Amino acid sequence: MSLKFKDLLGLERLDKKDLQIILDSVKPFKSLFTKCGKMSDLSGKTVVTLFYEPSTRTRTSFEIAAKKLSADVVNIAVSNSSIVKGESLIDTGKTLEAMNADYIVIRHSLSGAPDMLARNLNVSIINAGDGFHEHPTQGLLDLYTIYERKKKIEGLKVLLVGDILHSRVAKSNIWALTKMGAEVLVAGPPTLIPSNIENLGVKVYYNLDEAVKNADVLNILRIQFERQQENLFPSLREYVRLYQLTKERLVAAKPEILIMHPGPMNRGIEISSEVADGPNVAINDQIVNGIAVRMAVLYLLKSTKKRRYASSN
Amino acid sequence: MRLQIKNIRIVDPSWDSKDLIGDIFVENGKIVPKFLNNADRVINGESKIAVPGLIDVHSHLREPGHEIKETIYTGTRSAAKGGITTVFCMPNTRPVIDAAPMVEFIIHKAREEGCVNVFPIGCATKGSKGVEISEIGTLKKAGIIAISDDGLPISNSQIMRRILEYTKMFKLPVISHSEDKELSRNGVMNEGKNSTFLGLRGIPKQAEEVMISRDIMLAELTDAYLHIAHVSTAGSVDLIRQAKKRNIKVTAETCPHYFTLTDENVKVYDANTKMNPPLREQKDVDAVKQGLADGTIDCIATDHAPHTQEEKNKEFDLAPFGIIGFETVLSLVLSELVDTGVLSFCEAISKMTFNPAKIFNLEKRGSLKEGNIADITIIDPEYSYEFNKESIVSKSKNSPFIGRKFKGGAVMTIVGGNIVWSL
Repeated sequence: MSLKFKDLLGLERLDKKDLQIILDSVKPFKSLFTKCGKMSDLSGKTVVTLFYEPSTRTRTSFEIAAKKLSADVVNIAVSNSSIVKGESLIDTGKTLEAMNADYIVIRHSLSGAPDMLARNLNVSIINAGDGFHEHPTQGLLDLYTIYERKKKIEGLKVLLVGDILHSRVAKSNIWALTKMGAEVLVAGPPTLIPSNIENLGVKVYYNLDEAVKNADVLNILRIQFERQQENLFPSLREYVRLYQLTKERLVAAKPEILIMHPGPMNRGIEISSEVADGPNVAINDQIVNGIAVRMAVLYLLKSTKKRRYASSN
Repeated sequence: MRLQIKNIRIVDPSWDSKDLIGDIFVENGKIVPKFLNNADRVINGESKIAVPGLIDVHSHLREPGHEIKETIYTGTRSAAKGGITTVFCMPNTRPVIDAAPMVEFIIHKAREEGCVNVFPIGCATKGSKGVEISEIGTLKKAGIIAISDDGLPISNSQIMRRILEYTKMFKLPVISHSEDKELSRNGVMNEGKNSTFLGLRGIPKQAEEVMISRDIMLAELTDAYLHIAHVSTAGSVDLIRQAKKRNIKVTAETCPHYFTLTDENVKVYDANTKMNPPLREQKDVDAVKQGLADGTIDCIATDHAPHTQEEKNKEFDLAPFGIIGFETVLSLVLSELVDTGVLSFCEAISKMTFNPAKIFNLEKRGSLKEGNIADITIIDPEYSYEFNKESIVSKSKNSPFIGRKFKGGAVMTIVGGNIVWSL
């Protein structure tokens, strides 16, 4: 089993077959992880996490995944200000390549930064979230969590709630789910939902109550407070009133509805504590599955032929 | 020196679309009827086409201040290689061209080091700050061909009105970089499906169209002369078409990338596809072509905007806007517009010669009539080549067309009777 490209930059570029390969690989890694075993598959390999944005859960998840496969892990945190001032990203990448890194797991505030590294380096690049573009491992772990709970993807109605425009998690979810045959619904204010999203067969709702009724799965996105300063919504109070997932709103939902959140949660903003701590919530599964998915990705990319995305396009 | 170009197909849009095979005679830098004596040099023009020297009304030569990107020396050589004999250069240098000594510097430097004609465009406002009108009369006396704050739109409508009104007496066109900066804020590519999924901030087409609407209305109010730079959207073409129907004095240019590429080309985050206005969609490409065909768009300019590899090989958001264009414009016009039947050869050439000369009041250029300055471009319609990085003469290599194969291009460029470049 292997993937087409040496890098995992986004789910847009994977096809259904690739996604299925990844889904099928996750299960054994999950049981291995939960049984606290360790594999030697990446023994002698070096995984560098290069984070230009603060992140605890994604970075830790990658580190644990890599260590479970016996890789050596080096963590580099770069402050945001040095993106503009300091060493160029390509030079940083080349330095790490010269140090024999086998994987660079990169988180960056600017969309396309992982693509640029992938185009200029031979080392495998894994996108751990770039700007408003994609967060492929999050998309995969969401996909797997749904698959695990619902035993299928095809035909499900998955509702994403919140800031679709600026959410890399939403983009990766949309690609993964639509490719696997699910129907994606989105709900949020028109200022945060690009109208052109409908070209992908995504169904847009401005009214959350209406959308919730139809959904099998809810994925609640984190709302960034700075969007209010850009006049994308008038106040948090109004956002909460219109789009917070509350117990009352769930009354009309299907009884077997699955609720997810990529974290970190703003309790009392996009989701009420009651719902977050209530039944049907898969947030903990998402965290465990995140590690298994990242183990699978690291493993699959190891056996991938060194084929570059950019040159194949 | 006497130069004779023999047996060449001559296409001159200025002269009832003259298209015949004959000889061109050049003496003392001018086109003359015939020599009495023998020529000093004879050029065999068989299977080639002679057209008036191409005029590029929109470029950035970067000198002074940004010599690392381009200089008058390298920029004019790049133009010559593209068959261009006259370039207008934008004033957004460092310092900007808002005072007579700066204009004189460029003219002097071009005369000393340049190999094609260079006409500076002066700032519309002091320091291009959009606040106070620059001394346009003084700038004109120093030699500017038009005024513009290119790159920086004049947001204040009252100031734009005054600029248009005041400039009327000098018979200089006001070139508008039409962009509503608030609507385009932080945008780096066209707003649409591709910007959404690439996660890049979009620039809506309306950022351009809102400003073109305003400028057309102000041109109507003041009866002044407005030239719209780099038209990129279907809506803009339509606005200009309607304005022309109402006899408002407006002209317009577009650039080769706006009739060749779309925002699909941005897909791998290649900053060589980042320019302002951004690459739009197929329907805009089609509308720009339609606008060229029906005469709504008068000129084809390059917006030659050199940037170094270090600047461009960066995260898409951090790379500067702009691409080089001198060395590909003619081949792109031939392949994208003439070969596809959008324009006849003569119509296409007119948009780079006769029309610019007429709009910007360039005397004795843009035409091969006897008595005119001998600026001549010789085109070989069969010349096939691949545009590669190594062949680029410009100091910068930021072109999205690297690797493209072309058929048809300039093989000789003559400026004032001197051969400044030949294949």
